[in-house]
Amino acid sequence: MPKVVTDVTCPFCGTLCDDLEVTVSDDNKKILSVRNACAIGAEKFNHTSLPGRVTRPRMRQPDGTFKEISYDEAIDWTANMLVKSKKTLMYGWASTSCQAMSVGHEIAEKVGGVVDNCATVCHGSSLIAIQDVGIPSCTLGEVKNRADRVVFWGCNPAHAHPRHMSRYSIFPRGFFTVKGHKGRKIYCVDCRYTDTARCADEFIQVQQGHDYELLNAFRTAARGEALPDVIGGVPKEKIYQVVEELKGGRFGVIFFGMGLTHTLGRNHNIDIAISFTRDMNDWMKFSIIAMRGHWNVTGSGQVLSWQYGFPYAVDLSRRTKARYQTGETTSVDLLVRNEVEACFNIATDPGAHFPIDAVVSMSKKPTVTVDPHINMSTEISDIHIPVAMVGVETGGCAYRMDNVPIETRKVVDAPDGMLTDVELLTKINARVDQLMGAQ
Amino acid sequence: MKTVTLTVKQAPELYLECENITPDTFAGKKADEIAQLPAYQGKEDTTLGEYFTIAGEAGATAAETQIILKGDCSKMKYIGIKMTAGEVIVNSSTDMYTGGWMKGGKLVVKGDVHSFCGLGMEGGEFLIEGNAGNYLGASYRGDWRGMQGGIIRVKGNVGSDVCTFMNGGELIVEGNADVHIATHAEGGRIVIKGDVNRRVGGQMVKGEVIVFGKIGLMMPGFKYIKDVDLEVDGTKARFAEHIGDLGERHPTRKGEPVYGKIFLKK
Amino acid sequence: MAEYLIKNGHVFDPVQHIKGDKKDIAIKDGKIVETSALSPAAKQIDAKGKSVMAGAMEIHAHVAGPKVNLGRWYRPEDKLFDSHKTPGMTRIEGGKSIPTVFKTGYEYARMGYTFAMEAAMPPLYARHVHEEIHDTPIIDEAALPVFGNNWFMLEYLKNHEIENNAAYVAWTLNQTKGYGIKIVNPGGTEAWAWGLNCLSVNDPVPYFDITPAEIITGLIETNEYLGLPHSIHIHGNNLGNPGCYQTTLDTLKLAEGFKAKNNFGRKQVMHQTHLQFHAYGGDNWGNFESKAKEVMDYVNKQDNLTIDTGNVTLDETTTMTADGPFEHHLGGLNHLKWANVDVELETAAGVVPYIYSPDIKVCAIQWAIGLELALYAKDPMRCFITTDHPNAGPFTRYPRVIKWLMSKKARDERLNTFKHTDKVIAATTLAEIDREITLYELAAMTRAGPATSLGLSKDYGGLKPGMNADIAIYNINPDKMPSDPEEIEKAFSGVAYLFKDGKICVKDGIVVDNGNKRTFWVDVKVKPNKQVAHDVKEKFLKYYSVNEANYSVPDSYAPHPYVIAVDATQ
Repeated sequence: MPKVVTDVTCPFCGTLCDDLEVTVSDDNKKILSVRNACAIGAEKFNHTSLPGRVTRPRMRQPDGTFKEISYDEAIDWTANMLVKSKKTLMYGWASTSCQAMSVGHEIAEKVGGVVDNCATVCHGSSLIAIQDVGIPSCTLGEVKNRADRVVFWGCNPAHAHPRHMSRYSIFPRGFFTVKGHKGRKIYCVDCRYTDTARCADEFIQVQQGHDYELLNAFRTAARGEALPDVIGGVPKEKIYQVVEELKGGRFGVIFFGMGLTHTLGRNHNIDIAISFTRDMNDWMKFSIIAMRGHWNVTGSGQVLSWQYGFPYAVDLSRRTKARYQTGETTSVDLLVRNEVEACFNIATDPGAHFPIDAVVSMSKKPTVTVDPHINMSTEISDIHIPVAMVGVETGGCAYRMDNVPIETRKVVDAPDGMLTDVELLTKINARVDQLMGAQ
Repeated sequence: MKTVTLTVKQAPELYLECENITPDTFAGKKADEIAQLPAYQGKEDTTLGEYFTIAGEAGATAAETQIILKGDCSKMKYIGIKMTAGEVIVNSSTDMYTGGWMKGGKLVVKGDVHSFCGLGMEGGEFLIEGNAGNYLGASYRGDWRGMQGGIIRVKGNVGSDVCTFMNGGELIVEGNADVHIATHAEGGRIVIKGDVNRRVGGQMVKGEVIVFGKIGLMMPGFKYIKDVDLEVDGTKARFAEHIGDLGERHPTRKGEPVYGKIFLKK
Repeated sequence: MAEYLIKNGHVFDPVQHIKGDKKDIAIKDGKIVETSALSPAAKQIDAKGKSVMAGAMEIHAHVAGPKVNLGRWYRPEDKLFDSHKTPGMTRIEGGKSIPTVFKTGYEYARMGYTFAMEAAMPPLYARHVHEEIHDTPIIDEAALPVFGNNWFMLEYLKNHEIENNAAYVAWTLNQTKGYGIKIVNPGGTEAWAWGLNCLSVNDPVPYFDITPAEIITGLIETNEYLGLPHSIHIHGNNLGNPGCYQTTLDTLKLAEGFKAKNNFGRKQVMHQTHLQFHAYGGDNWGNFESKAKEVMDYVNKQDNLTIDTGNVTLDETTTMTADGPFEHHLGGLNHLKWANVDVELETAAGVVPYIYSPDIKVCAIQWAIGLELALYAKDPMRCFITTDHPNAGPFTRYPRVIKWLMSKKARDERLNTFKHTDKVIAATTLAEIDREITLYELAAMTRAGPATSLGLSKDYGGLKPGMNADIAIYNINPDKMPSDPEEIEKAFSGVAYLFKDGKICVKDGIVVDNGNKRTFWVDVKVKPNKQVAHDVKEKFLKYYSVNEANYSVPDSYAPHPYVIAVDATQ
């Protein structure tokens, strides 16, 4: 009889929905159906048993093809690479469990690695901004229960966090928000009219690259000061109007994404959005939340922080200290400047997401990629080690975009003989110990 | 003053961490002792002697020590970090953190410098004959205490994030600047003789930025007040005075708010 | 397991009333035993000229959890030029005001501590707290879930439904692997979710219409109904404001008439934490003054109270607390980076860096107040030493605080070299106090006292045979006390030996073993309660953003648990 596993946490995006119901075959090997997930989340579960699944490590041959090798051979090669390299980039972590990260950090500290996660090409700008000005924030349940003014600035949850609006930010009826979306005013600030803008009461089109100036104008307006006629394509009358409407609410929240993190100024854009949020707390309750993308990039930031004090780009290469300087110890900079000798990717795909110069640099260095899938990174690596899919075939702790920790579950068995991230990293760690002990 | 000359004899494979190349660390040492000083590349512990030939000897104190670097230092990091006195002259470009947390003395780079140079500077004189990268004279990440004192002069251009969280001291740029100049500044003075792309004085609490060329786009939080005549670095001219950032908090003196100022040459 | 005989040490043990006598202490199988129980193979540890005490117990520090970690990662400057590796069996350590978990464990152990209580655990984030506790080496830890602004509690106590509230508390302790009832700014932090606050014990909470006084007395009743090992642990309303001592007295008075009911030897019904922040007089920063004497006059008279000091150490540090509105207020005063997180249905937290400068009159007065509290305490078993780490200062400053308490010369030297010494002396009474805390009193204030307050006195806080072998040996000789107070600070900065569960974990200040730390939590059994089960189900369905089935912390997060079973089914 197939069985239904309830309260399953979806391992895809930072919304980390934990109400999925997965129907699994009687022998625990196949996922039959998924309920409550969005299309992306459902696919995360459903694709695990598609044909073509790689179940054993592969090693690139001189002619560019890949040949299957054993886990032990892959582990040995990887450990040798790590021990030999003066400075290794150990990048990714955003789609694996906190338990796995912890083992990875032990390895990095021994071999002189730089541990970086996907924030480096995503919400790293937000983390930098928070390091400069702090952040007034709240959990997603607070938004559900209290928020009557919601602003989406430079983000598009309709596409990137599909259930966000129904679970937290626009539609739910909470304790103090029994009217649901009818009791909220929704604003969308973006350079283009998105599907999220379609759900908003007011769409404000900002000239691309002018968010910093526009937020400066919002702050200036909030303080009752004069403004030029148009800022970032937005007339000053609109700015004064929106600020007054926001002040008329009880609980406001700004959700933001790549529109701020990746346009001119990057961290400064979030910095000033946070400063605006802080200013608004003089009139009403106001919070701001980053729309984290990966389901556990936040977790990687948490584990790195409690172990070393920094949320990403942690340089352990001296082995006697942890150092951090985004722009220097961040992956793209390390690769483009050729400041590392080897690369270890896990639970991510830099080949697809890094600037091409960084990818070319990586392709010229000894590289190991740990991922259940063949992806663009595996195809430029020397070794590809597939592992069980975390959140589907093995569990572990994850952190939601608002830093709430939720456990992911094992729902089905991984294909026979496959290792999990924790098992693989533990074996690499042991092999590194052997090699370093022999030196 | 006694002089120590370091000549690059091999380039590092990655980048060499040269936090020991300062008058303070060299003071009281002879060439062979200096050669034994540690240098680092990732987990490799090496010595200055592996990468430089070293001649001469240091003075008894930092103030009496001059260091001259010859050869290509463009992959050397941390040169002159935290120096309190003496002189360091580099005959090529340098990498990151050159003159970081400098407290005194004189540092000259006859080339370009990379990013994070002059970070948290407290005193002394830092002369860059070429261009500077990003974060020149800025604060370390998260620190609200940026440049406190001293003077940095750049003959070429500077990048972005210049003098973030500046509290004091002076920066003079002969060339152009990119974006985010004096963001979050609470003091200090920046003079840019060329043009600035955008975002001068964002979230500025106090301090002065003087621009001789053009600003691509003025922040909406800055308001024109009046024209003034100023003498700046030997040049007398008329400037349009702007106060701001009006979107930011400001301290008061005798009940009146004290603003940051941008002076734009007319 | 190894046997040890600690020979010729000067023993300070308030449990057995040993005040520095030379006595041998025997260790076998992780416990303290009679010396006669040892075999000849026992290793001898020479403690001649040294002081031997039980491992110290930190009753209140913010060392593990979401706001602690936010403090860590949003302050990279706290680690600049500071991250390092020390000799011994250590990982990289870093963080001046908010140490990383490795540094936290090592530094506590190096100072002779064997237990730390994480002061405030938001139940929704309990898993995070336990992940950090798990990664913190050597020291045993526990965590106090916060209840003072919890929606279930606010509704139950408005109707004085003690039995229901107790069932809910028991459920939460079980779900979160928590230790007891923590109360922070009762009612005020829920008000803060709307940008408001409760600044007196009679200010009603918006919408829930219950006062802090009703919350506090209701939770005392709940605590004693359940018979928990620890009393309620409270950070009262109006923290940090000039004149707040009145609110403090109002809060402390609420404990009058209540008696402790438990099987753990606990005699008090209320623990008021970091009292220094609550002992201010005056009504503005200009006439700000100490009311430590007034407050301690009351505390000394009431033997159903315990307190901890919250000593200011005059460092740059980071404030962090579930008193959300206070942190907003502080950020407005010093304009430094303010972080805030409101937690649905439960609590909030705020973080702001702060510099306690000796040049600022108010900071110097705060420093004096913290010391006055300890020096006025009549019963050292009821007054414990803390810095409310990291709020008033990093816990690594305990040796310095001890120096000030034990040496009038040291504190006078500090007192007389402030920029505004005259004003500081005028606003405080510290200059008139001659008392110097003795080693025996120190053992009560940092070992036996906290252990009793936590309900752990059977096995911890003393050196009686049968108790757990958590032992610290310091290089300080009571027969030859140093004339230079700096030597006191030095002696308490690095133990000669730290035994944890009978294993040597620190020797001469160096970590030689990471031990086998345990997570302490309290498992309360209550009668099945249909109302509470229904309310829990309903609130998860309608108001929480996670599912009820995903709320609890699995056993894998506390692989070495020390579970205290409490049967409250009568």
